[in-house]
Amino acid sequence: MPIIELVFYLFGTILILAALGVVTVGNPVYAALYLVLAFFSAACIWLLLQAEFLAIVLVLVYVGAVMVLFLFVVMMLDVKTAPLREGFTRFLPVGLLVAFAMALQMFLVIWTRGLEAVPMPQPQPEGYSHTAELGLLLYTDYLFAFEIAAVLLLVAIIAAIMLTHRRRPNTKHQDPSRQVRVTREERVRLVSMPAEGGSSAGSDAARKRGEGS
Amino acid sequence: MIEQLTTLLWTLAKVLMVVLPVTISVAYFTYFERKVIGYMQVRRGPNRIGPLGLLQPFADLFKMLFKELIIPANSNRFLFLLAPVLALAPALTAWAVVPFNDWMVLADIDAGLLFILAMTSMGVYGILIGGWASNSKYALLGGLRSAAQTVSYEIAMGFALVGVVVLAGTLNLTGIVQAQSGGIFSWFWLPLLPLFVIYFISGVAETNRAPFDVAEGESEIVAGFHVEYSGSAFAVFFLAEYANMILISALAALLFLGGWLSPFQGVPVLGDTILGQGGLHWFLAKTVIFCFLYLWFRATFPRYRYDQIMRLGWKVFIPITIVWVMVAGVLRVSGLYGG
Repeated sequence: MPIIELVFYLFGTILILAALGVVTVGNPVYAALYLVLAFFSAACIWLLLQAEFLAIVLVLVYVGAVMVLFLFVVMMLDVKTAPLREGFTRFLPVGLLVAFAMALQMFLVIWTRGLEAVPMPQPQPEGYSHTAELGLLLYTDYLFAFEIAAVLLLVAIIAAIMLTHRRRPNTKHQDPSRQVRVTREERVRLVSMPAEGGSSAGSDAARKRGEGS
Repeated sequence: MIEQLTTLLWTLAKVLMVVLPVTISVAYFTYFERKVIGYMQVRRGPNRIGPLGLLQPFADLFKMLFKELIIPANSNRFLFLLAPVLALAPALTAWAVVPFNDWMVLADIDAGLLFILAMTSMGVYGILIGGWASNSKYALLGGLRSAAQTVSYEIAMGFALVGVVVLAGTLNLTGIVQAQSGGIFSWFWLPLLPLFVIYFISGVAETNRAPFDVAEGESEIVAGFHVEYSGSAFAVFFLAEYANMILISALAALLFLGGWLSPFQGVPVLGDTILGQGGLHWFLAKTVIFCFLYLWFRATFPRYRYDQIMRLGWKVFIPITIVWVMVAGVLRVSGLYGG
């Protein structure tokens, strides 16, 4: 299948270039956009592996939601690019060490398993649903792992809310249900005033109207 | 090689068969909008160009195309021009999985509903990047408003769709429509009425249309994210917005009103005539109903205030959808609907 390989190398190249762009480019908005491109290319490569559910969810969650919020924050901050580059030489040895360790790990995995250990997925018969298979696996065999992941996310959500949710004494707060329930009696008070007699009051009012116009 | 080439050409032809009608629908949607709002405001709407003003969309189009494309001096040129394309591409791509009747669908993929959700959520990049690259205060504010709004309402929209998936038992759009077969009361609007309402309102918010159009709110931030755009670049943003509106309408018809199925299916006398047959005409009719609702909203409702939009999305819609997803689960397990 030469076409599939061609598509793989195309998206693989884009993915690597985009990932390089994330860490090298100066402008944080560009970095976030490169990260979006990297996620998107990764999703396309997953599609080639016939993991359509995972690929679409990657686009939906990371590209459609997480990165939008990233961009949202980055665009609002006025980040200076010069301080970002300050520690580059100082942290370079550590960075190189981590990069080397990761490359070694990947190399070892391929070395021990061999390239042929993971064959290309074969086309599935008509009516086979990846989504249904994945759901069945997650809710039967891997139920506890799945639930633990869910609890971890819940803890993170609660922590994030607690960090930002603090009482401030002087915020102006609206209660829409009270606004809806408001009645005429609470807002309007009709008072009957005795009419003021005499012509001077009348001319007074007329002069006021003239000023107002 | 020849075989692959013909497959490629045939696929391209099929893509054109979807994209061209969508584009023409967008052109006449603008005409429809101006006419409908005109009559709602006791005016006639466009009536000068062509009979009944029917050529007005083309006059508008040519006007846009021949106008000068102005690129602001301190803008980011590449991203400024890329943004309208990023807005339009997902709006058109999502149409790939929409089934027009039981066989007319470009890509009948397994996770069609997820694909549509992913594509509609990507449309916000065009607005966000356009707002940022313009290097203008108003455009940036519009872009940020739009991003926050889209992300918020996506959650309510996603939960509303979960209810549909629970009852249908599939993510495939053709399958979802087929699960609703059996007349107007088997469609999902009845068991999922709250989700149906929430889905459409969230759809209006996702497409940044009135009364949720704070992303371009003219009275506050001039024209929002596209304040610096002119000519054909503006036209592309316009096209994307209207294509998204038609897409949301089509999805509402597919997911809650039985898509191409006939409302008279199984009714004794009517069910045997042409009205009882499902087909493209029913799908189009239902889609037009929702398109009309969009315009009706715009002509009727005043714009929401921004904090009230957020409150409606997070504090009203999301709790309701979570509760109703559970109700949908009970309906499914008890065997009343679906299964």
